[in-house]
Amino acid sequence: MEMNQYLSIFIDESKEHLQHLNETLLMLENENENISLVNEVFRSAHTLKGMAATMGYENMATLTHEMENLLDLVRNQKRKVTTDLMDTIFKSVDLLEKMLELIINDGNDHLDASDIILQLQEISSGKKSEQKQKISTKESSGQSDVCLFNDYEITVLLQSIESGYEIFQVEINLSKESVLKSARAYMVFRETEQHGEILKSIPTVEEIENEQFDSHFTMILISKVDQETIKNEIMNISEIEMVKITSIPKDKLLQSKDQTEEKEAPQTTKINNEPNNQNTNTAKIGGKTIRVDIERLDELMNLFSELIIDRGRFEQLADELRHGELQDTVEHMSRITSNLQNIILNLRMVPIEQVFNRFPRMVRDLAKDLNKQVRLNIIGAETELDRTVIDEIGDPLVHLLRNAVDHGLEEANERIMKHKPEVGEITLRAYHSGNNVFIEVSEDGKGINRQEVLNKAIEKNIISVEEGKNLTDQQVYHLLFSSGFSTAKKVSDISGRGVGLDVVKTKIESLGGTVSIESELDKGTKFLIQLPLTLSIISAMLVVIGSEKYAIPLSSIIETAIFKEKEIMYAHKQQVIDFRGRIVPLISLKGILAIPETKRVENDDVSVVIVRKGDKMAGLIVDSFIGQQEIVLKSLGTYLANVFAISGATILGDGQVALIIDTNALIK
Amino acid sequence: MEKTADNKTKEIKVIVFRLDTEEYGVDVQQVKSIERMEHITRVPNTPNFVKGVINLRGVIIPIIDLRSRFGIEENVYGESTRIIIVHVEEMEVGLIVDAANDVIDISEGQIEPPPKVVGGVEAVYLRGVAKLPERLLIMLNLDKVLNSEEMKQIAKFGE
Repeated sequence: MEMNQYLSIFIDESKEHLQHLNETLLMLENENENISLVNEVFRSAHTLKGMAATMGYENMATLTHEMENLLDLVRNQKRKVTTDLMDTIFKSVDLLEKMLELIINDGNDHLDASDIILQLQEISSGKKSEQKQKISTKESSGQSDVCLFNDYEITVLLQSIESGYEIFQVEINLSKESVLKSARAYMVFRETEQHGEILKSIPTVEEIENEQFDSHFTMILISKVDQETIKNEIMNISEIEMVKITSIPKDKLLQSKDQTEEKEAPQTTKINNEPNNQNTNTAKIGGKTIRVDIERLDELMNLFSELIIDRGRFEQLADELRHGELQDTVEHMSRITSNLQNIILNLRMVPIEQVFNRFPRMVRDLAKDLNKQVRLNIIGAETELDRTVIDEIGDPLVHLLRNAVDHGLEEANERIMKHKPEVGEITLRAYHSGNNVFIEVSEDGKGINRQEVLNKAIEKNIISVEEGKNLTDQQVYHLLFSSGFSTAKKVSDISGRGVGLDVVKTKIESLGGTVSIESELDKGTKFLIQLPLTLSIISAMLVVIGSEKYAIPLSSIIETAIFKEKEIMYAHKQQVIDFRGRIVPLISLKGILAIPETKRVENDDVSVVIVRKGDKMAGLIVDSFIGQQEIVLKSLGTYLANVFAISGATILGDGQVALIIDTNALIK
Repeated sequence: MEKTADNKTKEIKVIVFRLDTEEYGVDVQQVKSIERMEHITRVPNTPNFVKGVINLRGVIIPIIDLRSRFGIEENVYGESTRIIIVHVEEMEVGLIVDAANDVIDISEGQIEPPPKVVGGVEAVYLRGVAKLPERLLIMLNLDKVLNSEEMKQIAKFGE
């Protein structure tokens, strides 16, 4: 089969549809009367079915087909949106996601879906929900059965009553042993039709023909014949277990008409909203966009990086030659490449929505598991980030959100005792600021208990009692990032196995970012992540040490300064300087990078680059500064992975390689 | 049996290079290019045989001195010194050799298992020895020479 070329499109689109399903279902859960949402869910399921069938993924097609059947009933208002129904559909979506995963990895969708399909069928046929509904019907004085009529039907029924007809609700139970249920039902229909007109049946005639019902069905009959006659005629058919006929009086119909009208009133407002929704949706899907393989973008980026290196070379040559026209041209080229750089970097930017949009579902499930009530607010989902960062940031955020739900938020009764709203609030917020992207995960939970953290840290031998006394709150919170730390009193399988926050921190730092904590007792906690916009082209300070050139990322530099030799002091055999009233340790790069000694120029000045990591600082001693430059980050390759204090390399204007110093490794 | 017979007659192209007094060979399929000596940027805190990295048409390539790798006394680089860029799986590495002078065809059948030590090189790094008329070619096992696991071990000792 020449389906391979379509496979990646199929996967992409299926992912989108599944995501859309999840989002819409979550909305539907909150406004379960909103038929336009049901329609959307139906359409997504329908499209998925079509695509899966075309690609030959039978299991996926069957499952979506069953979902479609059930959703069709819902949108025709024959089934209500119940928790049961929602859970089953959520489970189906989960299974679909697993199937897609399997398709991506193994190329097949061989997952057993029979359980879910059975559940879907049960709900469709009314075995589950109908029975439940009936119980509630009886409790609520039998009204809701009548609610099954729509406006048009009620009008028809009322007119019939006025013309002297009677309305019967005929409930039939077929014998459980019956093999030909639809045939028996057909006989019932034929018999009944001789006495009057069947307005509708539940389940529908099509469903009964397809045997998509258990053994129970209901008909609404308009007739002039009396109940007993009809009942006896039907009972004459074999394998009928029970016939129950009730007359529906006029006032009941009128009552239900009022109800449907009442019910429809809020619905119309929702329908009014619908066009807007659809507009935004179509704009999203039908906009002027094309799909491009990420590898092509990477290739474009690589080629452009080479151009940047050549630009550097040109600039250098033009300066040396001092040729006016050449200098002008080079300058023009520089401007154009800067623009080009912006465009290319933007191409690789993806809205963080991609990562965020799986969270509502995750938080919902978590909250359900933990029996907590949680509302998740997402702000700034349109914020864009480099593709590479997007791919990596998901896991740390999952961790932080799990933490927030599990450890951050209190249980409902505890919240009530503290006079807080019963529903805990988690806010996920992303925004741009300067050359950075910030992501906040905050909740209005119990906050971090300083003493609890300290006790734990002391118990785990991370710090001593003495050390603990002098720590600022910030420093105490940072203990949470130490490996082997967990403050949760009871270990749950959600989080709190002592791994987690340290992994989060490591991951974010590996992306060139930082993470900090703000917290107030009983008010809540906020995790703030700061990330660079892009990872491939960065601004750096070039410095000379001995005969070698190195690059130090500008993002970690506070400033460069020149000190006199005599300003250097010693504390515990460590060289330090007084930088704006703060004692900053000095690090000799010459020593750490084992740079061969060159002839020393007699000079009293010491050039220092002040760098920071979190709130710690250090001064790196260099021989001289070259200046600031945009550099293209390149890896040293797998052979030289994990070289101490070196995070990568870049190619300078003269074609030589300069190594990039990893200042994070230097500050302890 | 038939298969081995096939293998024995299979011809392979081999890049021949010199290290000290011995001649070595690597399968041409593993060689990307042969470069003249150029400026190498030293990478600190790496084993002694890692000489640093070069910029090869926009790609950063680590360079190792093969003499030093095999524990042969290092030599001053001269006119004939070459860097052979080889690749093993995803990894690209440049090997500094004393000279690269030939490409020849040999058949698999000519390669015999290596003796314990040839020209000071331990047998683990060797694929075998090819006996050619009037010359002996030591075939390298690049997977072993460029074993990155071993690199990590060495890097740890260096710290």
